[in-house]
Amino acid sequence: MIVDVRDVEYRVASRVILSGLELSVRRGRITAIMGPSGTGKTTVLKLITAEVAPTRGRVLVLGQDLATLDRRQVFGLRKRLGVLFQNGALLTDLDVFENVAFPLREHTDLTEPLIRALVVAKLNAVGLRGAAELMPSELSGGMARRVALARAIVMDPEILIYDEPFVGLDPISRGVILRLISQMNEVLGITSIVVSHDVHDLAEVADDGYLLSGGRVVAHGSPQELLASDSAVVRQFMQGIADGPVPFHYPAPDLRTELESVDDA
Amino acid sequence: MRAIGQVVLFLLGLLAQCGPALGRPRLIVHQIYNAGARSLIIVMLSGLFVGMVLGLQGFDLLQRFGSEDALGIAAALGLIKELGPVITALLFAGRAGTSLTSEIGLMRATDQLTAMQIMAVDPLRHVVAPRFLGGVIAMPLLTCVFDVVGLFGAQLVGVQLMAVDRGAFWSQMQASVELNDVTEGIVKSCVFGLACSLIAVHSGYTAEPTAEGVGLATTRTVVVSSVLTLLLDYMLTAAFL
Repeated sequence: MIVDVRDVEYRVASRVILSGLELSVRRGRITAIMGPSGTGKTTVLKLITAEVAPTRGRVLVLGQDLATLDRRQVFGLRKRLGVLFQNGALLTDLDVFENVAFPLREHTDLTEPLIRALVVAKLNAVGLRGAAELMPSELSGGMARRVALARAIVMDPEILIYDEPFVGLDPISRGVILRLISQMNEVLGITSIVVSHDVHDLAEVADDGYLLSGGRVVAHGSPQELLASDSAVVRQFMQGIADGPVPFHYPAPDLRTELESVDDA
Repeated sequence: MRAIGQVVLFLLGLLAQCGPALGRPRLIVHQIYNAGARSLIIVMLSGLFVGMVLGLQGFDLLQRFGSEDALGIAAALGLIKELGPVITALLFAGRAGTSLTSEIGLMRATDQLTAMQIMAVDPLRHVVAPRFLGGVIAMPLLTCVFDVVGLFGAQLVGVQLMAVDRGAFWSQMQASVELNDVTEGIVKSCVFGLACSLIAVHSGYTAEPTAEGVGLATTRTVVVSSVLTLLLDYMLTAAFL
């Protein structure tokens, strides 16, 4: 397993975000982490990238227990990971070329011609070689995410993590990102972890899927298995049913009682 | 006390990254331009008007004692030792300080700082240290500009308008302003530069990653920097006496 999350609990003050989480990612596969909003999907990514530490349990990434690593070792591990942020998180004071070149300039002593060759190759892979001189403010949402993808793969990471890669994209851009996720996995052999609630998009490319609800895994299997599941929670999420085990209403007092108290007042 | 402790720890971490940041002078020069060159107009305009007011008030006061020829000394000492460093620091907090805070705060809010950490790059070294050093270097330079323009303003009013003797204005200033006076002004501007830049980058770095959070951090920069400047000014003035 390239990523192994074992019996993890994560709390913020007294609020439990994740509880008894068990999750494994196999090398060379595309693993989808799905679930309703606010269920702790992004927290799982933060655990894997060592942005936060679990309150209980262990997280192993590339064979290393994150709890045993010091700051320098965490930075060393992160050089082997690539993360595509939800909004791209491009550095706004650098143009597209320099954004993609940024990790190379920070972590390598490569010559300028070699950096240029690598950056051009990565930008070409995401179809944006011609946009090298644009500033992030001149890019559309889809383009910004592709540039961020080029930056994420420029150091040839072993694991590529996508945080909600389809949010706010038009159908063409979604198709492009889906194709790129698949290509990165097939051509570069990168292990991919995709966090998203776009079930049907993910079903096209993912090999494995985990469905999270209430801070724990409620279902695991291939996307086809999840789509065919009889479980009420899984069916509600996969088919987009408004009310069910995940209630439509936020917990509140009885409506009749509340309305009567308004009348009395 | 806790907040002060946090700022001290932040400063220690920042100072540890200033060495590596100095190895990239291009980033620092860019920040000196941002904090310094872009504040020039406001500093020069303020310096001119403060100098002119000093010329008027100084002339009014000194002529009551029949010693209006000493206007040059009064204006020079007032500007170099007190008004130059203090007003430049207040202007810096309002112009460059808020810019530093909002820029770093927005980088936090748009995940740019997190992205750097995930790319195994310390944002303190790449983002915060160059901006901090840029501010620290820019402040004494801006103070010098303020002093020079202020003296020109005082001369404009005193000599050109109020007919104070030009020779007396400059020669008395030259004879009476000592190195210690200039040193006091330079030390003050350096200390204010450190304090205002630290407050600005710390507020931005620790801002809540929301629009409201960045707004509050920017306000905090102006308020804390201004009060701290005046407090430090009193302490430094007392120390130099």
